[in-house]
This record gives sequence, structure tokens and C-alpha cells, in this order.
Amino acid sequence: MGSSLADIEIRLLIEAVYLRYGHDFRDYAPASLKRRVLQARERMGTASVSALQERVLHDAAEFARLLQFLTVPVSSMFRDPSYFVALRRHVVPVLRTYPSLKVWVAGCSTGEEPYSLAILLHEEGLLDRTILYATDINTASLDKARQGIFSLDHMQAFTRDYQRAGGTRSFSEYYTAGYGGALFDRMLRDRITFADHSLATDAVFSETQLVSCRNVLIYFNRQLQDRALGLFHDSLSHRGFLGLGSKETLDFSAFADRFEAVSRPDRLYRKKP
Amino acid sequence: MTAPRIEAIAIGTSAGGIDALFALLEGLPVPSRAALIAVIHLPDGHESRLPEVFGARLGFPVTEAAPGALAHPGQLHFAPAGYHLLVEPDRTFSLSCDPPVLFSRPSIDVLLASCADAWGPALAGLVLTGANEDGAAGLAAVRAAGGLAAVQDPVEAAYPTMPLAAIAAARPQHVLPLAGLRRLVQEIACP
Repeated sequence: MGSSLADIEIRLLIEAVYLRYGHDFRDYAPASLKRRVLQARERMGTASVSALQERVLHDAAEFARLLQFLTVPVSSMFRDPSYFVALRRHVVPVLRTYPSLKVWVAGCSTGEEPYSLAILLHEEGLLDRTILYATDINTASLDKARQGIFSLDHMQAFTRDYQRAGGTRSFSEYYTAGYGGALFDRMLRDRITFADHSLATDAVFSETQLVSCRNVLIYFNRQLQDRALGLFHDSLSHRGFLGLGSKETLDFSAFADRFEAVSRPDRLYRKKP
Repeated sequence: MTAPRIEAIAIGTSAGGIDALFALLEGLPVPSRAALIAVIHLPDGHESRLPEVFGARLGFPVTEAAPGALAHPGQLHFAPAGYHLLVEPDRTFSLSCDPPVLFSRPSIDVLLASCADAWGPALAGLVLTGANEDGAAGLAAVRAAGGLAAVQDPVEAAYPTMPLAAIAAARPQHVLPLAGLRRLVQEIACP
């Protein structure tokens, strides 16, 4: 059976985006990508995906709009609280033994995850010796993340998950209401370096002791998942830790034998010697 | 021209859906000719126990759909809580954290549209009881791809909103009470 017209148009658009702007979505899982492209076409008001392709090829600002649809920023603080409980229990005791620490949050979207980790590290007395690298391909998301301002509407849910994640203080200690939202404490922001980095096209940039990459690999095909896992493996120091999303697993990957499970239900792994 | 053999049945339901799905499937022999895939809307923030609950009472394997795993004939696969469930063109599952559709994640529309792409005319889509309109656009996609669309009779449904919306959007081949849908599933999937 031949490809449908929509599938052909999407493939051409993705190729065009790669050739023109260097953003590589060619190894994304097709079903979600198709849904996002069709939504972009509808919201950007073109008659077809081909017409959308013409527009983004000729107008970088329109590509920037498309990118927001292709990298839908969805995140929340302390998502899956048990993951953070497991980090406190299994990873923090090992991290304590290092004089300085580097943590990589890959696919950080608008910053909820790196701020959550910074809070956890602060409470465990480790933040002062830690640099968090938070990377994403969406520079608009990174700009928002750098500001450290999140909607006040979310604070109730974030507070609940902070407490479930083993948080022991009053969550409101970490932000100031104002500036059109909740501005998170400078001491957290100062420890996080936000950077434009692609798991599809870029290389390892630092040695790290913990990589947290949650609900990013679900959008990749097997090949790109293995590329990303290869970067994490190369970046992690001896016996470093890797955390994945609650439905992601190393089981079928090329790296299944290179990591051991620290807490399988929480998707926490550790690099084998 | 004979219709292609149906290889997958994708089912969506919301309020009243657990009882409806049991009425549809409990006591059926192994549906070894088709993969069964289901989305039931559940309240947010709860880990889905659907595979255990259904696995204990159905006579065939029930799993939570795992990304990268194949949709297996003879099994019922549920979407995990908090994620959209999609089927890729190679008929493996994938998940997404994209925003809710019609306040729903997992969304029936997302599942059905991706299944329509994956199976085309070899798909049956079923929409059962529910109190919102998720599933209507998805079932229309099933029809557009040449698949079989069937909806629970709104007169019988505990919550008719979802069936009514699906009927209006998709013009399904079948509008049947659960007993009739059960016979349809049995004809399609059980040898």
C-alpha cells in the first residue's frame, strides 16, 4: 500500500525543516508527529501541509511558530512524585560522596523538571556543589525556563506533588508571587545552566553524575532512542545514574546491558562498571 | 469485492465505561483474530489498575500497552493513565504527553485516529457510553480510512453524550446495544 497524501506531505515538510533549519525530526515516532503537524497546519491556517512547508521554508518566523507545535511544551513540577522519592533514597546518598556534581536534564521544556531537581538537591544539602545543565531544542521554552516564572494557577498542584515527592518544607518558601506568576528563588536559578541542545544532532558536552530525561524518548523511534541513550551513557561518569519517564524503559534498547535497574518501578538506572 | 479481514478493534468509553466494557467482553472466548485496544477515561492522578481488574475476569491476557510493544491479537491492551496511546504504522504502541484533548488524556480521538492510519480498512472502532464528545472525531477518521465504525445505542448507554456525538460525526455502520456489539466483536475476533 502506498503512503497517504498526508504522510507524503509530512515527510517532505520534516525533510525541508531539516535541510533549511537543521532541526531533525526525521526519527521521531510518526504517529505523534503527524498529530502535531496536522494541528500546526490547522492553527497556522494553511490549506495543506505542503502550503505550510512553503511558508516555513521562506519565513524563519513562521518556522519558529511551527517549532512550538512540533515540540509541544508540557511539563509540571515533581511530576510522578515517587521518582523524586526514589532519587532521595537511592541516588542522593551516592551523590553525597562527590565533591562536585553535574546533573543533566535533557529535554527540559519550560524548566519545571530542573527547578524540581534543584529544590530536591537544595534540601539534601547538595545544591551548592551542583551545576544543573538543562537542555532543549525549543529556544522559546528555554527563555521561559530561564525566567523561572510559573503560573500561580499551577502552584496548588505543584505543592501537592512536592509534598508527595518527599518535600519537607513549605513549598511557598521557594517562590515569590508577583511578576504575573510565581517567581522561583534566585538561588535555584543560579545553579541551572539552560542550553540549546539536540539529542538528535548534537554531541555530549560534559561529564555528569545524573541524567534525568523523562517523557522525551517516547517521542523518538528506536534508532533515535538509542542515539540519545548513547549520549547519556557517554556523559555519565563511572556508576552514574539515569532516570527515565514512568512508562519508558531500557529493556528493548541497545543499552539494556549497559545499565542496571536501581528502582525499576521508578525507572531509575545506574551505569554498569 | 469482499471487505478486508478486521485485525484490530479499538474501543473508547468514559463514564459508565468499566461496566460497559465488562458487558462487552466478559465470558468471550479468546479473540485470537484481532488485537483489542481500549481507552477508558479515569479521574486524573490515579495509576490505572485496569489491566489487573479486567485481567482477573476476562479469559484472555490483558496488559497495559507498553511503548514499542506490538498490538497482539488475542489480547486486550489498555492505555496507561495520564498518557495518550497511539499505534504507529508498524503497529507498535507509542505514548505521548501532549496536552489533553477534550480534557482527556488518554484521548479516544488520539487512539482512534492513529489506529485508522495503522490499519485502515482492517480496523473496527467502537464508541461506548460516556459524558463528553471525545471519540467522535476519531471514529470519523476510522470511517474515512475505510474501517468499520460501531456505536453503543444511546438509548441503552448509561451516558449517551459520547455515543450521540460519535453517531453524528462518523455515521457508523452499526448502532447497537451492548449485546449486539458483543456479537459483532465475537464474529470479528473469535474463531
